[in-house]
Amino acid sequence: MQTLASLKKSSDAYSFGFLDAFAKRELRRKILKAVAIPGYQVPYASREMPIARGWGTGGLQATLALAGPSSKVKVIDQGSDDSVNAANLRRFIARMTGCDATRDTLECTILQSRHRCPEERLKRGQVLVLQVPDPETLRSVEPNMTRARLMHADQDYGLMWLKLYEQLVRFGRFVQGASYPSLVNGRYVMSPSPIPRWDVPTLHQAQHLTILSAGREKRIYAVPPFTRVEPLEFTDEFFQVEEQSDWTCDRTGQRYKFMNEIPETDGTARHEISDTGYADKLIQKKEGEAVTLGETYYDDNGTFYHDGFLKS
Amino acid sequence: MTVFLNPNAWQPAPPRLIETAPILEVKGIQKRYGDIQAVANVDMSVYPGEIMGIVGESGSGKSTLLRMLHLEEPADAGSYKLNIDGWQDRELLQLDRFEQRKLRVSHIGIVYQHPHLGLRMHNTSSGNVAERLLVAGERTYSTLRQAAVSSLAASEFPLQRMDDLPRHLSGGMQQRVQLAKAIAMEPALLLLDEPTSGLDVSVQARVLDTLKSLQQQQKISTVLVSHDLGVIRTLADRVMVMRGGHVIEAGLTDQILEDPQEAYTQQLVHAKL
Repeated sequence: MQTLASLKKSSDAYSFGFLDAFAKRELRRKILKAVAIPGYQVPYASREMPIARGWGTGGLQATLALAGPSSKVKVIDQGSDDSVNAANLRRFIARMTGCDATRDTLECTILQSRHRCPEERLKRGQVLVLQVPDPETLRSVEPNMTRARLMHADQDYGLMWLKLYEQLVRFGRFVQGASYPSLVNGRYVMSPSPIPRWDVPTLHQAQHLTILSAGREKRIYAVPPFTRVEPLEFTDEFFQVEEQSDWTCDRTGQRYKFMNEIPETDGTARHEISDTGYADKLIQKKEGEAVTLGETYYDDNGTFYHDGFLKS
Repeated sequence: MTVFLNPNAWQPAPPRLIETAPILEVKGIQKRYGDIQAVANVDMSVYPGEIMGIVGESGSGKSTLLRMLHLEEPADAGSYKLNIDGWQDRELLQLDRFEQRKLRVSHIGIVYQHPHLGLRMHNTSSGNVAERLLVAGERTYSTLRQAAVSSLAASEFPLQRMDDLPRHLSGGMQQRVQLAKAIAMEPALLLLDEPTSGLDVSVQARVLDTLKSLQQQQKISTVLVSHDLGVIRTLADRVMVMRGGHVIEAGLTDQILEDPQEAYTQQLVHAKL
């Protein structure tokens, strides 16, 4: 009798890492170029992947081009290891490269993520791969991509500040919640993928390499370690992260970590730490298991771990 | 006051020549679209604080000329110089894109006939004015607000509506926002392309009043393109009459409009409803 398992081709039928040698070589070259020009969007020939465009094909290709047999890969989606998207990608990467999968941020060598950065600090040698739906941060102010590229070339970013000006005039504060435009290394303004504002400071002077890859838009860009990533702000109106100081995690009792808000039937809401890998470790620790908790970007008083640029 | 007719007391001063250099100098500028010679060998100069009117029928090349002065449109041949600090001896038609933008942002203001061309309809009116400063590199919010208030006030825009979208404003107010945007960086040169042609007569009169008083206060050298001789007569010091891409007559406004020499100009002056 035929089963799904018997119909499945063995992984030997594919090249290592699913992509053919030329695709991997191209990706690695383009990643090197992206690292050499921080924040610059390098075009690349995004290949067809066995998942649909828009489901992380960009991040997947970058991960597959970087992963080797000794890599340890963690995949998260909105902070969660368990979502269908993250589980599928993790299984696919593990099957195609033979590398180990992990849920521990401290252990992984490659962390592919959609919409979040982990709470625990990534270290030297680790790579954060972010899935990007729309790499072009100028699209909201200049719909014509040819002109937007000229604006990048001329460093003509005044209109991005006009967008912020409009938010201040209409709402009295910056209302951009995700993809907060940030100036990389004082040169290119990039979209840091739809991570919340909470995560943007973690890219600034980070020890790890960040690769941002947009599969549908065929653009890859990077933030090398120890590079300035400054969210756009005025000299008298500052960038701020989300205000969640009076929220407490229901599972762990922690505060000052990025929370998911879970609505209740009675109209109230409870909150849970969005980074499930970290929350699970906190619970294991409480139950007396031997787990190592890494240092976090925000400490228990909500203070960021370096002076950076968070101003009150 | 009594006038004493003492021939020794007062002597008329001898006529003085203009000694100031023109702020704008264009020589032999040309533009061709396929078979059509839009602008043929036009020379013009504008002196500091002066309003230069350009008048002509549709298709006479006046708007093309203005677009070339704004560096929006490359010219086929000719020379264009502005006597502004730092740009004195530069041939502006040879500038690269980056320098063109730099010059345009800080030294040239423009008001179009259609507000859609000059304004961002999805941004507030004050944001439209602030845009000029932002593009020029200003990054302080309070400074931007102050600049928007003072520019909008100078163009006699009702300040309680400064944070409204332009598409919620009347045509006259939209033109005032365009004007405020144009003067926000205190430009050396102001280009007006049919600024009041889309407005009804009473609103037109008030916008013209604003333009005239603003021009008198700030002494901005201005090039005014219009097919409306009334507008030219009200504002312009000198006027150029264009037809088929050529300048056929030029001189002081009163002189041209009262005593036109060319047959076409005579026709134009007498063609009133």
